[in-house]
This record gives sequence, C-alpha cells and structure tokens, in this order.
Amino acid sequence: MRRLAAIALALLATVAVAQAPRSGLEFQSEDIRRLQADDFANPAMLWAERGAAAWQQRRGTANKSCADCHGTAEQSMRGVAARLPAWDTRLMSVSTLDQRINACTVREQGAAELPPESEAALALQAYVALQSRGMPLRVAVDGPAQTMFDLGRELYRTRIGQMNLACMHCHEQQAGKTLLAERISQGQPTAWPAYRMEWQALGSIERRLRACFLGVRAEMPAYRSADLVALQLFLAWRAQGLALEAPGVRR
Amino acid sequence: MSEAPGIGRIRVPPRARRGEVVEIRLLIQHPMENGFRRDPLGRAVAKNIIHRLVARYDGREILRAELGSGIAANPYFAFFTRATASGRIEIDWEDEAGVRGSVSAPIEVSG
Repeated sequence: MRRLAAIALALLATVAVAQAPRSGLEFQSEDIRRLQADDFANPAMLWAERGAAAWQQRRGTANKSCADCHGTAEQSMRGVAARLPAWDTRLMSVSTLDQRINACTVREQGAAELPPESEAALALQAYVALQSRGMPLRVAVDGPAQTMFDLGRELYRTRIGQMNLACMHCHEQQAGKTLLAERISQGQPTAWPAYRMEWQALGSIERRLRACFLGVRAEMPAYRSADLVALQLFLAWRAQGLALEAPGVRR
Repeated sequence: MSEAPGIGRIRVPPRARRGEVVEIRLLIQHPMENGFRRDPLGRAVAKNIIHRLVARYDGREILRAELGSGIAANPYFAFFTRATASGRIEIDWEDEAGVRGSVSAPIEVSG
C-alpha cells in the first residue's frame, strides 16, 4: 500500500514537472542556443532582413507596400505575432500570421497569393514576428475562437497514425527524455518561423507540425488547413507566458 | 532557397584603432547544393556551391577561400585582419552557376 502511494506520488511529481512550460530552446544543444542568441550568426535573420525589404516594396494592382498602410513595422507590428492565431472579423475565422499576411497581399495589394512556405511568405513572417521578440505569448481562446480552440485541444489529445500516438504522448508525458539523438521538447511554439538545421532553411510551424504527423506515420494535413490552425491556437494557448523567440534556431 | 542568390550580411567594427586586430563576420544565403540530393520528383539536383570567396581591404586582397561541398547551406565565416587605414572591406563570391554576390562595409581607423 505504501509502495503504491509512493509510485502514485512519483507519477504526480512527473506530471507536475512536465506541466511547467519551458521553451524548446532549453531542450536544444549549447551550439544551437548560442546560434540563436547571436543575431548576426543566426541564419534566420537572413529571411528577416529580406522581409524588411519586402515590407517597403510596392506590389500588386494597388501598387501598395506594407509600409504604405502599416507604417514602420517596429511600431505597428509590435506584439502582433504574440497574439496570433486569433479570430479575424474580416475572414470570419481564426487566422494565423501567415494567413493574415497572405490575405493582406491578395485583398489590399491586389497581388498574387503567397504560396505556403514560399520564401516571400516566410520572409515577411520572420520580419513581422521579429517585432514581437521577447513578448509573452497571449492568445484569446474564448468567444468566436472557442470552437477552433476545442478542435485544437481535441487533436492534441487524439491518437493518430500507424504509431498510434497523440501529441501529448511525446510532448507532455515524455518531454525531456531522449528520442534517438534528440531530447523531446514540450512542443512549445515560441521560435517559429525558425531556421531548422535539418531543413537548412527557415520554415513555419506548419511545416514543423507536418513533420510530426509524418513522424507518427499519419496523413499530413494541408498547409493553412483548419486542423493546423486549430493546433497552432491550442499550442499558443498552452505556451502562454513564454516569450516569443522568433525567428529562432532549432535542430 | 535560390530565388535571390547572392544575399549576404557583413559585420565589420565601424571604428578601430590603427594596428588593432578586428573581426570580420559574414553570412551568405546560399543552398550549397552538394550534388547528391534529389528533388521531390526524384530528379538529381545539380551541384552548386560557392567555389570562390575573396575579401579585399581597400582593394588589397586579405583573404581568399576555396570552398568545398562539405560546407553547410547558408555558410558563416569569421576571420581577423589588422586595421591599417580607413577604407572599405569588400567581399565577393561566385558559385558554380556563375552567380556572383558581394557585400561591403566601411571601417574608420583612428590614431
């Protein structure tokens, strides 16, 4: 009986430790952390720099630049990425930073859609996200966003794929343990878009999530699909209070 | 990755004392294709690496590098030189597709 109680206590302790949110950076090796901390050597900053140029560039039939409406990004975009995904009254849905940039490009600039994971889309995402660096994630999950939030939480807990695993089985119950040569993180979305060593390029959280679907041998949801948006909303809520590090570096 | 090759960032200390050793840092956005990869349709991706990189200080060559396919995408370089006179540090490079890129930054030397 006493032994059972000890085991139960130990289990409780593990759960309690696992639930304190920690940035994915803490699960990375020393060299990755050093690379992210150095704004010059951080390769993700190449994209942010390109995004800064794209911000000023006039495009589309309207011949407008981002700056024509939004002014300087340092002021107008401060904090924006930390609040997303959020309900969008014009799109009448929960939308991500990527979707909002894309909607602006099509609707306001009259330009062609930015394909998901294209250099142009990632560069602007990186530049806009950079303006919220260091700010705590804080997303609204009530009101009209509630349905998406519930879907995200549901997906996070649902077993999928041939491996029959849900997100929480690795990123909550096994976080901190070693999987092959990697330490399993808590799956906190603070660094995205991030430069991932495996890709040797900048990628969005959607690309990273799709990689997880592939990892458990499940069907990958399409870019900008409701499932991925819902997961992003749930993950951002779960990471509440953690500081945004974008554009970060990950293994 | 290769929509706009030749993009790079350079960092040179803006001011230095004469004779001081300064660090020059360079980051280039380049795929550094090693020729062993295949695209999603299974076609071989042609080898394309930056094979030549030259740094000049006021026109005088201070560093020349011949790079190989063992260097990762988006290569980062750091090297040192002695500040002799005010001028520009210019770095240019060329990849195997013949695309060239260059960056430069001024340095002001006092004393």
